[in-house]
Amino acid sequence: MIKLKVNNKEVEVPEGATVMQACEAAGEEIPRFCYHERLSIAGNCRMCLVEVEKSPKPVASCAMPVADDMVIKTNTEKVEKARKGVMEFLLINHPLDCPICDQGGECDLQDQSLYFGKSTSRYEDTKRAVEDKNFGPLIKTVMTRCIHCTRCVRFMDEVAGTHELGAINRGEGMEIMAAIEGGITSELSGNIIDLCPVGALTSKPYAFTARSWELNHNNSIDISDAVGSNIRIDEFNGEIKRILPRENDKINQEWLSDKGRFFYDGLSNQRLDKPFYKKSSKLVPCDWSLALKIIVEKLKLTNPDNVAAVSGALTDIETMYTAKEFFKNINVNNIDCRFNLSNIPTSNASDWLFNSGIENIDKIDKLFVIGCDPRREAAVLNSRIRQRWLTGNLDILSLCTPNDLSYKFKSLGDDISSLCNITVQNNIKRFFENSKFPMVILGDSILTSKQGENIHNLVKIICQDLNIIRSDWNGFNVLNKYASRIGGLSVGFVPYDGGMSALNIKNSLKDSKLKILFLIEADDFDVNIKDLKNAFVIYIGHHGDRYAGSSDIVLPTTAFTEKKSLFVNLEGRPQFTKKITSNLGKAVDAWKIFKALDQKISDKIKFNNHSELLKSIFENYPSISNIGNYVAQKWIKTNKKKVLLTSEKNNFNTNNFYQTCSISRSSENMANCVKTILKSKKVKDEFI
Amino acid sequence: MNLTEKSKFENFKFSKENSFLIDNILKKYPANQLGSAVMPLLDLAMRQCNGWIPEAAMKEVGRLINIPFIKVYEVATFYSMFNLKPIGKYFIQFCTTTPCWLNGSDDLLEACKKYLKIKCGETTEDGLFTLKEVECLGACVNAPMVQINDDYFEDLNKTNLIKLLNDLKNENKVKIGTQIIGRRGAEPFKNMEKNKNA
Repeated sequence: MIKLKVNNKEVEVPEGATVMQACEAAGEEIPRFCYHERLSIAGNCRMCLVEVEKSPKPVASCAMPVADDMVIKTNTEKVEKARKGVMEFLLINHPLDCPICDQGGECDLQDQSLYFGKSTSRYEDTKRAVEDKNFGPLIKTVMTRCIHCTRCVRFMDEVAGTHELGAINRGEGMEIMAAIEGGITSELSGNIIDLCPVGALTSKPYAFTARSWELNHNNSIDISDAVGSNIRIDEFNGEIKRILPRENDKINQEWLSDKGRFFYDGLSNQRLDKPFYKKSSKLVPCDWSLALKIIVEKLKLTNPDNVAAVSGALTDIETMYTAKEFFKNINVNNIDCRFNLSNIPTSNASDWLFNSGIENIDKIDKLFVIGCDPRREAAVLNSRIRQRWLTGNLDILSLCTPNDLSYKFKSLGDDISSLCNITVQNNIKRFFENSKFPMVILGDSILTSKQGENIHNLVKIICQDLNIIRSDWNGFNVLNKYASRIGGLSVGFVPYDGGMSALNIKNSLKDSKLKILFLIEADDFDVNIKDLKNAFVIYIGHHGDRYAGSSDIVLPTTAFTEKKSLFVNLEGRPQFTKKITSNLGKAVDAWKIFKALDQKISDKIKFNNHSELLKSIFENYPSISNIGNYVAQKWIKTNKKKVLLTSEKNNFNTNNFYQTCSISRSSENMANCVKTILKSKKVKDEFI
Repeated sequence: MNLTEKSKFENFKFSKENSFLIDNILKKYPANQLGSAVMPLLDLAMRQCNGWIPEAAMKEVGRLINIPFIKVYEVATFYSMFNLKPIGKYFIQFCTTTPCWLNGSDDLLEACKKYLKIKCGETTEDGLFTLKEVECLGACVNAPMVQINDDYFEDLNKTNLIKLLNDLKNENKVKIGTQIIGRRGAEPFKNMEKNKNA
């Protein structure tokens, strides 16, 4: 520890800390533009100048390491004058167009010029103007406002890992530019909007739709992937205006994927607002009582063995729990939440969770990624791996992954069966030797293979044999990509007592054996749309996406911004979304549909409102009752024998990051991204 | 630049001689810090491409030393001595910093422009000359001066400058260095008198 004085106040900071950190420890706020806690230090804005005794000039506190017995002053006239000088220079070429700037009201430059800015300008020459750049459909640029802090450049280099931005030319001519015009390809590009301390980079979809001080802030969670990033949803006049990440070091640090940030406009497109039923092969609107009556009559006439239900990517726990109770009461056991036909085991929590925890990625020293595309399936988590990799001493091995994961790794190829190959096994064994915190990430993506169960079992055996599972460390992780999946598995929305799995439901539908199929927001259910004609299909969801049109009954529900609902992230961390806007038309929370159906048939469900429902869930599943936290799950050893895998090639290279759920498919922003970014990607890859 | 020449630059590869030089350059840097070699490599690329660096060459440099294209581009645009557009056969860098300016570089530059019928930053129609105004080239004792390609031409006045340009145009032999007959290098003019007398 190093002792020093800040404004006559003694503070102690660890060795290697910067003067800025020491000042903060002493409670002094230092103005800054280029410095950011999670990025490397650039020291180029000069706003954080402080006076250090015996130093002839003021020093940039963000880049100056502390030394013993330093005497720092932050409130002297010299410091004030220096900062005012820097501010005057920064404002020389700044357009001062705050009234028409979206950053206005939450702008670092605006705030700090209040304290350090002159009230009038002394500059009489012409200001410089910079041509705006094309950063794609998500980021709007007004480059004349740029003060060249290079936060965006550093973010792209360090966190996102796609080296797409750079500062070209120098001095007066300096400009921030993308490697190639046409848009940034990174999945995390939206974060540079938050990082930009001025209005140079702002959100394109949000442009001129609201002013920052009018917005109502609501804390919620992101359900576009399974990471469970914490977000803040800004609402104005009953409309969602934008989504920003909220800081949570345990999950998303302060980043958010582009999908989670920009898919909100899908919430107002293609929505279902009233129930429909099919009358002479046409869907006609009806009221709830008629729709429910038809369903009840149908159910009463049908053998429960011929009834099935599949839940989707955005289904909350409340719905799956209530639905499960309902189906149990009418003896239907063909229920499944694994709509992507995954063969993930359903009995032990440690089989499907990201057991090590996202936070612990920061300390791993060996990583083996199998059968997934973390960059597109869990972009924020992938950037955490990259940040760990950048600090050094992390070896990464991969099997069946794309080759552009934003960090370097040794690939074992695209064939999953090589896991059974002796030389490969020896290589893996040698790879994990002497590792303190080994990590294996097994993708849910590869488990959709027909031999998924065997793959899962084999990886489990490898983990057990190589000491990856210890009493103090569990390095076996499954990477799920759907927000609903862990919740569904946690409350057991899976076939029981010999019920059909999603795959069997699909086959039975194809063979016309199935009579009634409930699709609970299950637009991603991997089934041929023509087969839906073979059964009476009840679609429950909030978007007229893939299957609503081919259903016999359509029941409208609320989306995640219109209800308080529980989701469990891939670590097993339960979190609530928040009700922000009111229900659309006649839409209701999905769980209430099953409660109503139950009332009409068996009337065994006891809870009547959301809090009673939650109480019932938490009583039955205490592991997800601790909101915001997760408990390490007990490892259940596998007793099953190894099964030789057959050769199967897959690298998950063709993932569409932008459209994975009904909301993102209805979003114009995401459609624009697909149009401009995915299509031009090949040209770009060679540039980056 | 004609079409065949353009396509030559779209598929840039270092020549055999340059590849050999690159191997030696890269040896000077630690294996994980090869990015430091970006400037010598850009210089080689510029020499190979007749004095300018096409985008394909920047990509090739980035590939060789394992840094992203945009980082090479940052360096190439930062330094004014890297040309990013094609230039003429003779690249005239005209020094106009104080010592040269005191010795009349402004008038010389005007004369040069008038003779070549171009402005600063332009290339003559025949593709022979490109004119550029630069900061001090460190030959103040022989001011005023210009740099043409790799050579300095010093102690200029209107007559010998126009003669120099004319000689270059007609591919006559030119004298590198000082243009005053009798002066050796940067020796004082007093010495010159003495030498004459001796």
